[in-house]
Amino acid sequence: MFRPDPSSPISPTEQLVRRHRLHPLELLPWLAVIGTYFLLPGYLPLGSQVLIMILFALSLDLILGYAGIITLGHAAFFGVGAYTAGIYAIHVTGEPLSGLVVATVAAGIIGLISGLIILRTHGLTLLMLTLAIVFLIQETANKAGFITGGADGLQGISMQQIFGQFRFDMFGRTAYVYSAIVLFLVWLFARLLVHSPFGRSLTGIRENITRMHAIGTPVRRRLVTIYAISAALAGLAGALLTQTTQFVGLSVLSFERSGEIVIMLVLGGIGRLYGAFIGAAVFMIAKDELAKADPVFWYFWIGMLLVLVVMFARGGILGLIDQALSWVRRKS
Amino acid sequence: MTPALQTVGLKKSFGALPVANDINFSLVPGARYALIGPNGAGKTTFINLITGRLAPSAGQILLGGEDITRMPQAGRVKRGLGRTFQINTLFKGLSVLENVVMAVSEHHGKAADMFRYAGSHRGLVEEAYSLLERLRLGADALLPVKELPYGKQRLVEIAIALGLKPSVLLLDEPAAGVPSTETEIILSVIEQLPGDIAVLIIEHDMELVFRFAKKITVLVQGAVLVEGTPAEIAADARVREVYLGERDHG
Ligand SMILES: Nc1ncnc2c1ncn2[C@@H]1O[C@H](COP(=O)(O)OP(=O)(O)OP(=O)(O)O)[C@@H](O)[C@H]1O
Ligand SMILES: [Mg+2]
Repeated sequence: MFRPDPSSPISPTEQLVRRHRLHPLELLPWLAVIGTYFLLPGYLPLGSQVLIMILFALSLDLILGYAGIITLGHAAFFGVGAYTAGIYAIHVTGEPLSGLVVATVAAGIIGLISGLIILRTHGLTLLMLTLAIVFLIQETANKAGFITGGADGLQGISMQQIFGQFRFDMFGRTAYVYSAIVLFLVWLFARLLVHSPFGRSLTGIRENITRMHAIGTPVRRRLVTIYAISAALAGLAGALLTQTTQFVGLSVLSFERSGEIVIMLVLGGIGRLYGAFIGAAVFMIAKDELAKADPVFWYFWIGMLLVLVVMFARGGILGLIDQALSWVRRKS
Repeated sequence: MTPALQTVGLKKSFGALPVANDINFSLVPGARYALIGPNGAGKTTFINLITGRLAPSAGQILLGGEDITRMPQAGRVKRGLGRTFQINTLFKGLSVLENVVMAVSEHHGKAADMFRYAGSHRGLVEEAYSLLERLRLGADALLPVKELPYGKQRLVEIAIALGLKPSVLLLDEPAAGVPSTETEIILSVIEQLPGDIAVLIIEHDMELVFRFAKKITVLVQGAVLVEGTPAEIAADARVREVYLGERDHG
């Protein structure tokens, strides 16, 4: 995280100009991703799920953390991507990369259209509209059983090899590497985006929308743009889930999934890019472990964790780490 | 000469309360004008109408001769309309420098750029910084705005507006809320504004108004009561009546 340092000998302009430079700590998640592949081969299927949820949470961070758009309907785009990838694989081709592209574009278009409609509003109205959209799309998928499989889900998806080379193997190795590479590319893009003038202006909109209007920002256009981008990336995550599990069910479009992704992001820390990584990982691993012990009761512990974070660590887990680090720095 | 800014028959009411009642006003290029009037007279509302935060119920607004009555806020800013707020409207969590960079990027049409790092637009950052130095805020550039004393935050308001290189600048009580010991620095900044900017200042401090303005408009209950030079306004019986007991500026 960039923190301007007034006591530094480096000039103010220089500090701002350098802020996007890569910090070594930013490579930590990638060491963990690579380490998991070699050290924990038995966990690769779970690992892929975690990577996909990180991607989904990262897409949410762009609108929620940076632009300050609170949504409980982000699964709508995840689901559109997931179904598009599934339907495409069944009816067009099982070639995975083109499937990803088609699903991403489809989710982006739905994001653009719904963004144009709902981003005229804000606050509670906007929140309700995001909810309404996820219900509308889920109900549509439910009723359109002839193409979506309705409540039974979409069966019979079979994926071809990636680049005609890499088969999706039963140990989940290909799926893991595939998801990791997609996530890496999205991370590069998201990192560029949040450090770009466009990304800075989103922060401006979140911090003070009145001021942004007064400096001549076309606020709604910016918001719709990031909403569509975020929707596209959520769709990409959904498509990855379909391709790596070769199944799609209505749960990809559920309100629960929308809520869970918000929880993951808040848990990790919003508006910091890496909150998505840590939040999704902690949530998915905790869910996996706790659900083994008690398949029903685990939500209680997730709830507990959330209460603690929201009450005592508004910046999420990353915020806690930040505080601890600055405490250590002050002591020394 | 085409006025830099003009309003024709501008009207607005909140429910039954008329807050702009047929306001005809104009600002010549490079003007140094003031708008005064008692609390609740509709001064801030007038600025909000001009900048497009509020839509008038009737009338016209012309910027450099162009009708901007129905134009969104952003378009008006692009055409040279800048303002400051009576109550600080800043990015409190961001550094002073970033506050100004935001405006400078927007002014140069670079703020929508998503495929380059903000830092690679070095010129924008340098332009913002030199503006801060001009306002003697250079040493505070990296401080979060919320850590600045209120008087300096008022200067950041002005710095942001100047970052937009406006041809018309509307200052809504730039010294409001600032302890009297710090008003001098704000006034000196205002006095040193580039001569080609048309400036309209709203202010309650009559000393400041009389020192700065070449022409004064008095607004009462949403209507222009009288307009004139400082000497004319000071001598006007109606103005004295409105201000009687409130302020005494001789
Ligand atoms: N959004 C609003 N809705 C309803 N009434 C409003 C609104 N904004 C302002 N008013 C009312 O309109 C009148 C004019 O307000 P305005 O803020 O323009 O006055 P002003 O001349 O700037 O006063 P001050 O010197 O106190 O800043 C006041 O009576 C105020 O209460
Ligand atoms: Mg006012």
